[in-house]
Amino acid sequence: MLEVKEIDVYYGAIHALKGLSLKVEQGSIVTLIGANGAGKTTTLKTISGILRPQNGTVTYKGTDITKVLPEKIVGLGISQVPEGRRVFSTMSVLENLEMGAYLRKDKKEVRRDIQSVFGRFPRLGERRKQISGTLSGGEQQMLAIGRALMARPELLLMDEPSMGLAPLLVKEIFEIIKDINSQGTTILLVEQNANMALSIADRAYVLETGEIVLQGPSEQLMKSAEVKKAYLGG
Amino acid sequence: MLEFSQQLINGLSLGAIYALIALGYTMVYGIILLINFAHGDIMMVGAFVGFYSITLLGSNIVAAMIFAMIACAILGVVIEKIAYRPLRNSTRIAALITAIGMSLFLEYATIFLLGPQQKVFPQSAFPLQQYEIMGLLITNKDIFIIVSAVVLMIILQFIIKQTKTGKAMRAVSVDREAAVLMGISVDKTISITFAIGSALAAAAGVMIGVYYNTVNPLMGIIPGLKAFVAAVLGGIGLIPGAMVGGFVLGILETFVSGYGSSLYRDAVAFGVLILILLIKPTGLLGKNTGEKV
Repeated sequence: MLEVKEIDVYYGAIHALKGLSLKVEQGSIVTLIGANGAGKTTTLKTISGILRPQNGTVTYKGTDITKVLPEKIVGLGISQVPEGRRVFSTMSVLENLEMGAYLRKDKKEVRRDIQSVFGRFPRLGERRKQISGTLSGGEQQMLAIGRALMARPELLLMDEPSMGLAPLLVKEIFEIIKDINSQGTTILLVEQNANMALSIADRAYVLETGEIVLQGPSEQLMKSAEVKKAYLGG
Repeated sequence: MLEFSQQLINGLSLGAIYALIALGYTMVYGIILLINFAHGDIMMVGAFVGFYSITLLGSNIVAAMIFAMIACAILGVVIEKIAYRPLRNSTRIAALITAIGMSLFLEYATIFLLGPQQKVFPQSAFPLQQYEIMGLLITNKDIFIIVSAVVLMIILQFIIKQTKTGKAMRAVSVDREAAVLMGISVDKTISITFAIGSALAAAAGVMIGVYYNTVNPLMGIIPGLKAFVAAVLGGIGLIPGAMVGGFVLGILETFVSGYGSSLYRDAVAFGVLILILLIKPTGLLGKNTGEKV
């Protein structure tokens, strides 16, 4: 469904991604794990079109989207749950969800989807009029996920959805990710919480300083000595 | 008490004008963090468009205002596109200096094209009428200014709060990158912001023309500066702040002129600004949040 091929991305003089390649099959959960600064977020931003690779291509459903404007990529079916949630803090929960559906013209369906987000996250439904900056971290993460779902994505890019959340909430978020996937949305998940990410993913890539150093089915990587040592705490 | 109410009405007219100009400052600042110093001059262009619609086309004051708003909306979009957009990713000081350059360009281009003299509205354009209501003298100019300003502010509030475009403007001003991820075109949204802000300035320009009966190429400087003060006073970047700041400044100035001396008007106005900012650096309605990173 998505193929990233040998991309080089620079921040000024810093070579952030070095010939990175990865593939995401339709219907799967793929995770990209690695330490802080390895280039995980950069990879997602490049797929979303916010960053432009110097070399290499990003292909989505057979079309080259490397040069497509970021605001057009959403319309193709790729949404992102950005790192740090990035909800529109001065706007209400409802308005945030409406922004998620910004490109959609089917008002009735949008309203139905808002209801289904509230069905999935009842706390958001209770707080629909509340200014989103006053929500708790977990609620904001749910809002960020709900907002991304409002675009009805076929591919959902998630950047560290568990960051800064209490362990119980982390578990809940991962349950939600599995559930979203089971309803047909393909997921590319970036995580520092390698344990959790590997437990739900079909396939995984390990990123170190801008390069893929390991890849394979998740179960296999979970057993790999290198991964255990570097990312799974033993 | 009568004197007080009379001053209040005068202050409301002046405040309405400041508020309309301040809205444009604050909206543009809210979305691209630029103090658009050419904003007062856009107001001046609006006043001239209004003047010529009345004198050359013979249109009435409301039509003149609408023409001025359309013309300045286009002007604002063009200015943003050619002068500010290429600098969007450069330093803020570069954009600020460009804004000052644009301000001077508009002033002196107008002098070059139309001459430096002020132009006087024909008396027939807006015949002055005075009404006496419970001892208060109210002119039709005051009514025109206050009513049209309030109507424009209600329309603006509706656009910002209820429409998809308005919500997109707010989203871009909170978090540009997240807005892009929603499929919002930042360029288009910024253009719309300039169009709306400039149209409000144009309306204010026509009001000033009506108020003082004259227009001249440098008429945008002082009201522009005052409106900038009003925007900061209310909390720059905040739409309700611009309205509050505008009215507070207008009423304050009028009271100082009425009860003290008009010579101290600006000194007191700016003195109060300094006081308020000392106590509340983010302005009257501003929240104490650190700079967004």
